[in-house]
Amino acid sequence: MADLNHYLILSGLLFTIGTAGVLLRRNVITVLLSIEVMLNAVNLTFIAFGRFLGSSDGQIIVFFVITVAAAEAAVGLALVIALFRHVETLNPDAFRQLRG
Amino acid sequence: MAFNLILFYLFAAIAVGTTLLVVVQSNPVHSVLLLIGSFIGLAGLYVLLEAPFVAVIQIIVYAGAIMVLFLFVVMLLNAPREAIVRSSMLESGATRAVGALLALAFAAELAWALTRSRTLAMSHAGDTPAFSVPQIGQRIFQEYAFAFEATSILILVAMVGAITLAGRHLSKNDQGHNG
Repeated sequence: MADLNHYLILSGLLFTIGTAGVLLRRNVITVLLSIEVMLNAVNLTFIAFGRFLGSSDGQIIVFFVITVAAAEAAVGLALVIALFRHVETLNPDAFRQLRG
Repeated sequence: MAFNLILFYLFAAIAVGTTLLVVVQSNPVHSVLLLIGSFIGLAGLYVLLEAPFVAVIQIIVYAGAIMVLFLFVVMLLNAPREAIVRSSMLESGATRAVGALLALAFAAELAWALTRSRTLAMSHAGDTPAFSVPQIGQRIFQEYAFAFEATSILILVAMVGAITLAGRHLSKNDQGHNG
């Protein structure tokens, strides 16, 4: 039986991959995908703790996290579309017009 | 019981492998499709953790709806392959040294925390049934009713925001792309 530490290590691994994606990739859509990966890693932690502590709170909070992730994806992708109309690129380094 | 462990490693390998590929892919369409694979691996893990409700939500909402939204935007923008640009920040030796040091410290911290912690055995494994969907639904609509309503307002705001952000250029196409 896989114990709690297995799940925590897996979740940490996924979160690290997501962080690396956010920091290293130069494509806004992939950055948003990496954020989804990080959210999923956290969800796995919630479910694992909920299961091992014998509580259903973990599953309920994951339900809310998924709704927030949906809202975040919708607004984030709308921003990407609006930005793409302005600068015709998806490279986040190009979005620097607000710099003083 | 060993069967569960094999399944855990199988689903974990699927999740980690596809997620790694998501991050290293240069084609955004492939990234999105591989992330769906990662979500399916995670859904398998949720089933192992006796959370079938979340596993189904994961497949339907995440893989079904959110990823389709991503795919739609990728194809709408006809997103080009990402050019491999060496960022100047990563080139400097000092940045690399500090980054490596922080990564090592983080890994040491994790190893310390995980070896010191008293691991929780699966509580009442086998004798309590998984939390059923009616149980979860009752808790959401009773104890967490406020959070539920707040989430619905959040979704409404996100919907209005997305339409305002992405749709306002429809009437002024003549302004061109020089922003």
